[in-house]
Amino acid sequence: MTAQPIRNTFSENKPVSLPSRLRSRNLLSVTDLTPEEVLLILDTAEAMKEVGTRTIKKVPTLRGKTVVNLFYEPSTRTRTSFEIAEKRLSADTLSISSANSSVVKGETLGDTARNLEAMAPDTIVVRHGASGACHLLADICSARIVNAGDGMHEHPTQALLDVLTIREHKQKMQGLKVAIIGDLLHSRVLRSNLLLLKMLGANVVVCGPTTMMPPGIDKFGVEATASIDCAVEDADVVMLLRIQLERMRGHFFPSLREYFNLFGMSEKRLKRAKSDVIIMHPGPLNRGVEVASEVADGPYSVILEQVSNGVAVRMAVLYLLAGVDEETGE
Amino acid sequence: MESTLIDRALMRISHEIIERNRSVEKLALVGIRTRGVPIAQRIAKNLQSIVNQNVVCGSLDITLYRDDLMRQTVGPQPILRKTEIPFSIDDQKILLVDDVLYTGRTIRAALDALVDFGRPRSIQLVVLVDRGHRELPIKADYVGKNLPTSIHQSIQVHFAEVDGKDEVLIHETPNGEVL
Repeated sequence: MTAQPIRNTFSENKPVSLPSRLRSRNLLSVTDLTPEEVLLILDTAEAMKEVGTRTIKKVPTLRGKTVVNLFYEPSTRTRTSFEIAEKRLSADTLSISSANSSVVKGETLGDTARNLEAMAPDTIVVRHGASGACHLLADICSARIVNAGDGMHEHPTQALLDVLTIREHKQKMQGLKVAIIGDLLHSRVLRSNLLLLKMLGANVVVCGPTTMMPPGIDKFGVEATASIDCAVEDADVVMLLRIQLERMRGHFFPSLREYFNLFGMSEKRLKRAKSDVIIMHPGPLNRGVEVASEVADGPYSVILEQVSNGVAVRMAVLYLLAGVDEETGE
Repeated sequence: MESTLIDRALMRISHEIIERNRSVEKLALVGIRTRGVPIAQRIAKNLQSIVNQNVVCGSLDITLYRDDLMRQTVGPQPILRKTEIPFSIDDQKILLVDDVLYTGRTIRAALDALVDFGRPRSIQLVVLVDRGHRELPIKADYVGKNLPTSIHQSIQVHFAEVDGKDEVLIHETPNGEVL
């Protein structure tokens, strides 16, 4: 038989037996998953990628299922990615954004959830500015809830697509040096990634201005530094986080230009990393702030691969959650 | 059914394929995951040795097309594997290959999947074992062996490529369970 691609592994030669389904009916946090379940999602996502290469990019798997995308915060990538994933699985989808919904009339999240529940959707994908909003929805709704980013808490599908991208390039997670640089304080991408990368055995170094270092970051078991050169030194993966101006209350650094000078990823700085380093960014890019254009568009950048992998990972998550047993699912 | 018998059956099927299609022109093999894939590869090898021409070979995972997928009565959700059809199936004569033909539901799913890839000129069905008990109007064009079974039995086909050994096993299911 032809050589199988590397599957079922985090380390180079330790195969893991996969569970056949997920235990939890919701994906609210990376902590809902075991390492084996993460592998199941990644392997399923790899198989899902093939659907996107066909002329007819659609399979009938979720036919007759209704998926509501409830987006209380602006989003292009994540919402489009979920919508494409849902449509490729033949689900009926509708998207609600806060600007043109009853939210502007003052309806609370709980009431919106109860009303949606009354219309019996099968899955609700939710993005909200408040940390824990999806947990509230999960308590009210019998639909499966997928967290598409809640405040400064978590963004699990982003972390899963990041890990899929890393695995495709490095074939393993164990022992990789992953440097995460940027706005650590406001980043839900950081939290989900820290939890997931540590779960899979990567060594993580976080780096950012001391004003943006979240208190208690050491509890995640990661190394924290304010020196970008130390962070990048011999890194296998450099993950840049967006400076989230919309979430900033107060001044964290003097100017964007100064930020770039101290923490921006330039070609020169990147030379300290391993020669096969990959550059990742969850988007949207602030060119010339956290990353120089030459780096974002350069040969080490896998930023657009992350976007493609996003669709596959979300297809995998929607598919696997739909298969969770009603009775045993938590 | 042991290794040599399996080899002979597959060689006979390979000859039948050439006999019926007159040549391997426009033929393409698609094996259904998991055990249909090694059978398709072996038939491709046989065809190569008989007419000295290469026949393309792909693999198809039908999980996303199953009719029992979202019904809670079935057991664990099957693990999704990769579909790899690295050629256009438009206007090709497709030989769809599986190990055991039973209810016909897998083949129904595979036919649905195949038409999503294009419009083949024809689809012919190759199975190593036909055990009867069809639930859909589906019939194989090439059969390695007809094994009349009771619904209380289960049939397992093992291949060296996947399982380390070639064999076809019939088991009585415990407590007369219907599979």
